[in-house]
Amino acid sequence: MSTVSKRNWRENPLIWPTAGLALVVAFNLFFGAEFFSISIQDGHLYGNLVDILSQGARVMLLSLGMTLVIATGGVDLSVGAVMAIAGALVAALVERAGLGFFVAFPAAMAVSMLLGVFNGSLVVFARIQPIIATLILMVAGRGVAQLITTSDVIIFEDPVLEFMGQGYLLGIPFSLWLVAAIFVGMVLLIRKTAIGLLIEAVGDNENASRFSGINASQLKLIVYGVCGLLAGLAGVLEAASLSAADPIKSGELRELDAIFAVVIGGTALTGGRFLLLGSILGAILLQALTVTLYNVGVPAAVAPVPKAIVIVAVCLLQAPRFRTQISKIVGLRRGK
Amino acid sequence: MTTETILRVTGLRKQFGPVKALDGVSLEVRAGEIHSLLGENGAGKSTTIKCITGAYKADAGEVLLDGVAISPQSPREAEQLGIGTVYQEVNLLPNLSVVENIALGRMKTGFLGRIDWKHSRVRAKAALDKLGVSIDLDEKLSALPVALQQMVALARALDVDSKVLILDEPTASLDEKEVESLFQVMNRLRESGIGIVFITHFLEQVFRMSDRMTILRNGKYVATREAKGLSREALLQDMLGKAFEEMQGRPGNLNTFSEGLSGKENRLVVNGLGAPGKIKRLDLKLKPGEVVGLAGLLGSGRTECARLVFGIDGATGGSIELDGKAIRQGHPRTSIDEGIMLASEDRKTEGIFPNLTVRENMVVALQTRRGFFKPISKEEGDRIARKYIDAFKIKTSGPEAKISELSGGNQQKVLLARWLAAEPKALILDEPTRGIDIGARAEIEKLIESLSREGLSILMISSEMDEEVRCCHRVLILRDREVIGELSGDDVSESEIVKLIAAHA
Ligand SMILES: Nc1ncnc2c1ncn2[C@@H]1O[C@H](COP(=O)(O)OP(=O)(O)OP(=O)(O)O)[C@@H](O)[C@H]1O
Ligand SMILES: [Mg+2]
Repeated sequence: MSTVSKRNWRENPLIWPTAGLALVVAFNLFFGAEFFSISIQDGHLYGNLVDILSQGARVMLLSLGMTLVIATGGVDLSVGAVMAIAGALVAALVERAGLGFFVAFPAAMAVSMLLGVFNGSLVVFARIQPIIATLILMVAGRGVAQLITTSDVIIFEDPVLEFMGQGYLLGIPFSLWLVAAIFVGMVLLIRKTAIGLLIEAVGDNENASRFSGINASQLKLIVYGVCGLLAGLAGVLEAASLSAADPIKSGELRELDAIFAVVIGGTALTGGRFLLLGSILGAILLQALTVTLYNVGVPAAVAPVPKAIVIVAVCLLQAPRFRTQISKIVGLRRGK
Repeated sequence: MTTETILRVTGLRKQFGPVKALDGVSLEVRAGEIHSLLGENGAGKSTTIKCITGAYKADAGEVLLDGVAISPQSPREAEQLGIGTVYQEVNLLPNLSVVENIALGRMKTGFLGRIDWKHSRVRAKAALDKLGVSIDLDEKLSALPVALQQMVALARALDVDSKVLILDEPTASLDEKEVESLFQVMNRLRESGIGIVFITHFLEQVFRMSDRMTILRNGKYVATREAKGLSREALLQDMLGKAFEEMQGRPGNLNTFSEGLSGKENRLVVNGLGAPGKIKRLDLKLKPGEVVGLAGLLGSGRTECARLVFGIDGATGGSIELDGKAIRQGHPRTSIDEGIMLASEDRKTEGIFPNLTVRENMVVALQTRRGFFKPISKEEGDRIARKYIDAFKIKTSGPEAKISELSGGNQQKVLLARWLAAEPKALILDEPTRGIDIGARAEIEKLIESLSREGLSILMISSEMDEEVRCCHRVLILRDREVIGELSGDDVSESEIVKLIAAHA
């Protein structure tokens, strides 16, 4: 994992998502301070900020997996569909098959991971471009989810799932604890093993990585597997938060949110260097934007437009070429 | 020969962060001369070129072409102004064909922008013919060996009508025959009144080809000299800032060393290794500490041998043993684990991780050898990196610098360090001194000797025959993808190697 060098703050890739967040916060300060109000009811935290984090939890999970995939030079378009499958599977097993959480949940996780590994195999063994390889599951996955639920929305009741999706621990939504634990776990895994360096090497120059003895195929299978697993977890969380699994709506267009979060977070789509913390910040920024736009009363159908503008702006600012151009123009204005 | 100045560069400055890459560089090239630009690794030669062509934006300085101040914003613009350039790192498009690479960006278009491919093919063919090479125009570039890719880059530069032609280490990966045809072309262009800037670390080529030369040291202009009457010693003094004694001929102890080897067990044994289209048959025995060279022309199969032994390409027959243990073939990872390693000739596509740091680039092979779960800590990596930065005098701001910010020769040193850090038992060096300056070259030759003394077996490939003569205990001669002869002891000499290569023609 990248160590951020101190030489130039502008080269710190975390600076832009942070700046974006600061901007959103400033905007809200101006237009509606109720954005920041946090209240405690029944010992639970409530308020916009908490909503942003807890609703962002799923995209955060997706973006963590997506970061690793993108770092190897790939992309996974199927995460939304895997969410739907995992949600549907848990619901069907609990509600229709009458199995308990402790059978249904591991089964859903195992299936999600296998789906990820399936993606990985298409990339590694069949040598299909990642974008096409994962498009297959993106399209077919919705069908599979509908098969599992026999086309309906399954409404279920399960205390453990309900706690996962809607419960609180020490006043904070449980889903946030889960994301935090996974993030810390992943960072530790990357620090305490060499996997981060090896992933970055594969993404940076796959050919050279072979000469250095790195097994790129194995790494990619792992990475796609992890991405599938995290997508499945996000799907279960989504179903749990609604106590219902919707094979069509669940995870819809989430793959794009995840990719945006990763890119905003400073990981290049070309692979190589990656930043897990950046992706988390990116996911929070996306969610904060969504909530802000909703608060200001922008109709849901129009909301993607300002969102897109912010995403483009952050990405442009990250490109050194664009920054030089801008500073040139600003310099000219100053009459240099 | 005219004496009219065609390219005049004055007071060029360029700073990268804290590093002053150029600190007042001047260069004056006349029409119809070959002007060498000389200096150690990291002296600022490539940066000077990039500032002239607009690949980098200089902080200060002036470039006059034909007396007119120019400041191209991109190499393409420079090309249109009449400055053709071949960069040190071939920057062609590996997935496109040869003709596309030569014609790209200057294709003649017809009705509705339809590309006139016939025209492009004719021109590409003409440019390649000038260089005396015949390559299939439709071959994908990445399928060609580095030397031929270099020829394609040259053809691309020759394809435009330039006033000035800049060649940054064009001969680094070429064999004698290709170098000769390049030199003929350069002479012809000189006669037609083009000013040529020529960068190389081979002083013989400098003296043979250039009319004048400009020397840089640490980003500063040192002097401009006439080639005629200049001594090698004086030039080296200018380049290094101190007197320098060159190694000459074959050290006598190479022969006595071989005699001491006879009693020892073989370290590496290769038996009947072969793969269709690559190598017919390779048999090889290396004792501990023995240095064996592979000699032959371009296309004789030297690099293919290296790739088969290392396992990056799969062999269809034969066996490899290290210290008596059979090695599973076709798996670079296994080879590295067992201690057989290959430092590839192709720095850019098979060597560096451009966006990773010097430290990461150095430890990556050692890391794969140790495995996932025993990470090399940052501190340990830092220690390793500093050790080699000192030992090889690598010019960099430190272990955390991005490797792509280093000069070509310094990147090469980092790659050598990568393999030494991984503690090989048998090391294959494919063009280890490519792009390395004369001082560092001597250091690396000394290093090879001391590694050999410590018991490391080395298989070495170098287009510089004199280098193999100075370093190798034995030399195997390849021709048409098989070994056709072997020289050892006193017989190892350039003339004998040439004789053997020619004898089977
Ligand atoms: N993009 C960059 N960022 C930071 N430093 C750079 C960059 N490019 C070059 N440098 C530094 O500028 C100095 C000059 O480099 P340059 O590539 O011009 O050397 P050179 O004379 O061509 O050497 P070589 O013979 O090894 O090719 C080196 O110290 C190098 O580290
Ligand atoms: Mg250079």
